[in-house]
Amino acid sequence: MKKIHYREWGIESLRYWGLLAVLGVFLAIGGLATLYMEHEGHWVTGMNNQIVWGVPHVFAIFLIAAASGALNIAAFGSVFGKKVYRSLGRLSGLLAMALLVGGLLVLVLDLGQPGRLIVAMTTYNIKSIFSWNIYLYVGFLAIVAIYLFTMMERKANKYYPAAGLVAFVWRLVLTTGTGSIFGFLVARQGYGAAIMAPMFIIMSFAYGMAIYLLVLLFTFKLDDRPIGDGLLMRLKNLLGIFVAAVFYFVMIYHLSNLYGTENHEYEAFILRDGGIYTTLFWVGWVFLGMVLPMGILFHPGSGRSRGAIVVASILVILGGFTAMYVIVVGGQVFPMAIFPGKVIVESGFYDGVNGQVLYYAPSLPEFLLGLGGVAVALTATFVGVRVLKFLPESLADEVVDPHHG
Amino acid sequence: MSQDIDQERRQFVSVAGLAAAATVVAPGAFLLDGSAEAGSRREPAVDKVRYGMFIDTTKCADGCTECVTACEKENGIDLLRMPEGADPEEWDRQRPRWMRTVKVKDRLTGRVSNLPMMCQHCEHPPCVDVCPTGASFRRADGIVMVDRHICIGCRYCMMACPYKARSFIHENVDQQLSIAPRGKGCVESCNFCVHRRDNGENTTACQDACSHGAIVFGDLNDSNSEVSKVLREKDNTQLRADLKLNTSVRYCGI
Repeated sequence: MKKIHYREWGIESLRYWGLLAVLGVFLAIGGLATLYMEHEGHWVTGMNNQIVWGVPHVFAIFLIAAASGALNIAAFGSVFGKKVYRSLGRLSGLLAMALLVGGLLVLVLDLGQPGRLIVAMTTYNIKSIFSWNIYLYVGFLAIVAIYLFTMMERKANKYYPAAGLVAFVWRLVLTTGTGSIFGFLVARQGYGAAIMAPMFIIMSFAYGMAIYLLVLLFTFKLDDRPIGDGLLMRLKNLLGIFVAAVFYFVMIYHLSNLYGTENHEYEAFILRDGGIYTTLFWVGWVFLGMVLPMGILFHPGSGRSRGAIVVASILVILGGFTAMYVIVVGGQVFPMAIFPGKVIVESGFYDGVNGQVLYYAPSLPEFLLGLGGVAVALTATFVGVRVLKFLPESLADEVVDPHHG
Repeated sequence: MSQDIDQERRQFVSVAGLAAAATVVAPGAFLLDGSAEAGSRREPAVDKVRYGMFIDTTKCADGCTECVTACEKENGIDLLRMPEGADPEEWDRQRPRWMRTVKVKDRLTGRVSNLPMMCQHCEHPPCVDVCPTGASFRRADGIVMVDRHICIGCRYCMMACPYKARSFIHENVDQQLSIAPRGKGCVESCNFCVHRRDNGENTTACQDACSHGAIVFGDLNDSNSEVSKVLREKDNTQLRADLKLNTSVRYCGI
């Protein structure tokens, strides 16, 4: 392995500013959508007193999960001593921070009282997983910043392995916290399962990796920097394995649910009778988000094509959004079992009369806020690689030597 | 001569000073006066008392909404208006409800019961566990409620409540009652008419309104209270007893 040289993203000014202008449009529209929702109140969204978390949470939780996943590449280099990934570590850290900031912004701007963020930062209920998450998220940003410093500053290089280990453990705890937001909810049929935490961790591996691959290929392509086939094959194989692991966890989650009679109705809803939710589960999450990308990535022909790897990564990301929608919204539209053994035949407050699922139709401003969060993450990433030395000059196989650890 | 003037001046200054001090302090002194109708408002809630409710669904009449109407009037929920341009159907899903009526049918026997649903005031409330800021809290006297000064509107309590008892304020609030402050972007729910507790009154609005005598409210810790007596007498149950939340609202006849 040769010495790796890093250089700022050197694409032409016009292209760079054009890219930022496009992202700026999304940022502006997202900002306006937020102002509209906060000024009017949440009645202008599709959310209601039954479906209290909507599309903004789908985006926020996806981005937060992907953030911790994007850090894995760096961890492979420092914690697991895989030298080939070391050259990829800087972008990995930057992307992790950018995605987390994007996700947190969406989460905070969807609060009923976003102006009270200071209350959330100063008044804690230590029993709440949300409180822990505030520490975990802020801590993540600080630790990854230090980790990046140990990578980029020669004098701090000696602390690189220690910082890498702390960052990796922290990211595992962080995603455990994100999964536990649902895992700790005993009230709803679709949640309250310990498997939620590890499932979210493995989902974060897949989504973070897919985003990482796309950003890497995009930034290198635009700047005419080489990425060796050997390295790319390793990365795409990792993505395939992560997606397979998600598949395994989803299967176990539903199989263990199916074993208990009390969960049969919920499982029937998600897997068979849930209309749009069933379609999203099978077509969006399982087929487009897992089966098809696995097929593309592991097929001897398409697995070698860069175009196909890009398509597979996009599919994994879309599948990830669908997964979050099925978990977040699907888990809420299914009526709660307030009266086990009885059916509600009339209700003054939408309790799921005769087992009917509850209603949620996402509104445009919710999507725009979510896309604004994605734009924040991408803008931070592109500005970062432009002004600082995050990207290696070359990832050609003869430089990084992907076949030797 | 000059000494006399000085004396007068001194007297004037001291009288004026006293008057000014009285003007500033007096309103505060009146506020601090614990007599008259201030009642238990000055006393902190104590755990000697545990407020609770018994609901006899066998007395609950089909189609009756007296309790719901009274609750909405008492707590100013009826003052909320649909925002201009809102879809009435969607608004109905978004407007708050502290209390609702539900009709349930047993899947096997087909037996039908009518009952009012509201916050069950759990001893171990999941909404309090999950609230990041502690805005969702349980008073020493067992009342579970939201401190709307520190509620950030995250709605995690609504995700956690097994009874769907909570509502989020989706719209701007232009009219409200001082006894039930309300703000856009905060969560709220039944608080056993907590203002009445603090004013030393013994009933809730729903109990007063129920012409069928289906609702009995009182102190569960006082073995002589009406609610304790009726709970001893009549078979009763908790909703979702499997969650072991030890609710303060108990139902009979379901």
